[in-house]
Amino acid sequence: MNKSKIKLLYICFIAGLFVSGQVGAQVPYDRIVNATEEPENWLTYNGDYMSQRYSRLDQITPDNVTNLELKWILQNQVFGAWQSNPIIVDGVMYVTERPNSVMAVDASTGRVFWKFRHTPSENARVCCGANNRGVAVLDDRVFMGTLDARLIALDRINGQPLWNAEVADVNLAYSVTMAPLVVKDKIIVGVGGGEYGIRGYVAAFDAETGEQAWKTYTIPGPGEPGHDSWEGDDWEHGGASVWITGSFDPELNLTYWGVGNPGPDWNAGQRPGDNLFSDSVIALDADTGELEWYFQFTPNDGYDYDSVQVPVLADMVWRGEPKKVMMWANRNGYFYVLDRVTGLFLEGKPFVTVNWSSGLDENGRPIPTPQPEGMPTYPGNQGGTNWYPPSYSPRTGLFYFSAWENYATIYRAEESEYVPGQAFLGGGFSVLAPSPDAPTIGIGRTNPINNWTDEVGYASLKAMDPQTGEAVWSYNQYDVSDSGMLTTATDLLFTGGREGYFHAIDARSGDLIWNVNLGGQIVMAPVTYMVDGIQYVSVISGNGLSTFALRD
Amino acid sequence: MKSLKEIRFFGWMVGIVWLLFPLHGVSQEMGDHQYTTEAIQAGLRVYSRECALCHGPRGDLVSGINLRLGQFRNAQSDDDIRTVVLDGAAEGQMPAFNFNAEELNGVIAYIRAGFDPEGVAIRIGDPIRGQALFEGKGECVNCHRVNGIGPRTAPDLSEIGAIRSPASLQRNLLDPGAAILPINRPVRIVTRNEETIIGRRLNEDTYTVQLIDSQERLRSLKKSDLVNYEISMQPSKTPTTLNSDEVADVVGYLLTLRGLR
Repeated sequence: MNKSKIKLLYICFIAGLFVSGQVGAQVPYDRIVNATEEPENWLTYNGDYMSQRYSRLDQITPDNVTNLELKWILQNQVFGAWQSNPIIVDGVMYVTERPNSVMAVDASTGRVFWKFRHTPSENARVCCGANNRGVAVLDDRVFMGTLDARLIALDRINGQPLWNAEVADVNLAYSVTMAPLVVKDKIIVGVGGGEYGIRGYVAAFDAETGEQAWKTYTIPGPGEPGHDSWEGDDWEHGGASVWITGSFDPELNLTYWGVGNPGPDWNAGQRPGDNLFSDSVIALDADTGELEWYFQFTPNDGYDYDSVQVPVLADMVWRGEPKKVMMWANRNGYFYVLDRVTGLFLEGKPFVTVNWSSGLDENGRPIPTPQPEGMPTYPGNQGGTNWYPPSYSPRTGLFYFSAWENYATIYRAEESEYVPGQAFLGGGFSVLAPSPDAPTIGIGRTNPINNWTDEVGYASLKAMDPQTGEAVWSYNQYDVSDSGMLTTATDLLFTGGREGYFHAIDARSGDLIWNVNLGGQIVMAPVTYMVDGIQYVSVISGNGLSTFALRD
Repeated sequence: MKSLKEIRFFGWMVGIVWLLFPLHGVSQEMGDHQYTTEAIQAGLRVYSRECALCHGPRGDLVSGINLRLGQFRNAQSDDDIRTVVLDGAAEGQMPAFNFNAEELNGVIAYIRAGFDPEGVAIRIGDPIRGQALFEGKGECVNCHRVNGIGPRTAPDLSEIGAIRSPASLQRNLLDPGAAILPINRPVRIVTRNEETIIGRRLNEDTYTVQLIDSQERLRSLKKSDLVNYEISMQPSKTPTTLNSDEVADVVGYLLTLRGLR
């Protein structure tokens, strides 16, 4: 081979990098912080740091959405609810599979480039399924939290592991099920284990090395503000897990995290006090993890009302004043608007029947009205809503989420002793049903026949106006829904439900425009992206990830 | 959809908890008294703490399994259950539990007692007399089908003894309005084509309803094609006029109906 041939090959190679090359492009922090500027990609769990799950893509419109057709399906190879949120970078989709696998998928055909499998330690304990909700990306890396409480960095191009760091002690039943949040050069995760008497925290890791940069407990230790909201040693195993990805305001340099229930779950009397910062939102400095402010939704919770909802951020004129707000439909049945600079309560109203509390005071603190023993509490144990991601459309000014209507639980409290690594629940519950033998609603749907019926509970997609705290419209489904939301610049709202219908709804009117039966429960939000000028919408239903685009 | 909802008669007849209305376990009633009350009650505590989160307070939240009714995927004997609990199963979906002997014994006792920590006795009569009543004076066969004989309009009872407790069977006879499962409520539908359909629901979702009509045809209807859809809160049967001895006999007969299991 002569020199000129070598030179030619070299030029071809370099040119090849540019042509085929998007796959190899970097995803620096600058791209992530400006994610809304490149709607063809879906770069973070919630689409952007504000967690609005609003896309500027406009190829699919209310007029042509009925022309959507299935382009490809990716089949999951494992059993169980598939709650993963895909990330899309320059034509490549990164999606996780139970328990802890990552796949890199061609986003226009659904064919798989590589698959990485992590087998969690057999000591891993999770309350509610071997869930993983997805990865985060930064530069040329992909990051996944694991059921055995580790954080793993992979090479984004070839799927090879680069580092594997311990987030927490798996033997104490800590776990990570959330998708990590990348902020600058750090990977931030929270820990699950609220049903096992953990002491929760949020921790940041160096993206390059996997070294822990900071760690902030969600239960303050002795001498720290809020510690006196616990008695004795309750704080040491008081739960307050963090199992859903937070949000970030680059201007304020604050990250926001929803905090889970205190433990033991159902015996509030066993842990007197407000139990800070359980059932709260906490604002942490992105560089140091220092607590800037907190707002507690449910003090001394005995109903398992985790506040692990996504903190949805927006800048808006709120009742005549420009405000940086945070919107929050809480598991406890109240919808809140907070000032995210200060954490001050602006507005809060119930969005479903609520009887554990008779209302909120001027600071947003609930007025408790515990029900007599054996009587139903509304909303029930799974809440008025739960972890499924909402959407906020800056075009409509509305906040969309899945609520559970007409759903109640009878709680039973009992003393329970904390044993490290074991369930720490403090009683039990049963779902209110119309007859003693009637089937009820559980975590996820495993029966194609809805024999519990809407008499036990049903779904209501609500479009909330943050100006009033009230729903402008709602769209009901016969079964309950754990589906998240996606809105677009053409005022389309995409969502699903346990019945397996995938819906396109007019985000302004709430009218159904199009739907298709995908046959399996939809327990995550749809995402949208664009490859080669074609807008795709992907949604996971049952064991299939279905991707749609307009008919050619 | 919204307008359909409005015409439905909603209202809770009873808000009922299994704790308040204890059900009676089949195994216990059939004379299997190998576990003490203390073991059953200890089992309730262990169950609530360790098992209820996945299996649910009534033991029916994992697909294919109903612990309260003694339905398992593979396990049959108490030793089988012991193995599953200690070793785990279903590729890790059921984790292994490090129970001591007393905890393990308790959980099995609680499962075998049909989740009934108290044990209220339901009188079980003579199955032979019960069958005669079922087919004769009780008029049950007018609507129910057993082992291939009888109409399909009401639920088939061929395996009812395997899936219901004695307390539940008795309640269905004495107070059917309080016992009917919501999915079984009779429906009356009028379609756009002015067809009136009477039937029993089999399944329902946001946009469709599946039922068996009075002609025993399987029907699947789009709600957008309906002009009227009523769901009756009352079952089509009334409380039985059989006396208490006869009810005990019928319950005894129903408990022998265990299908092809």
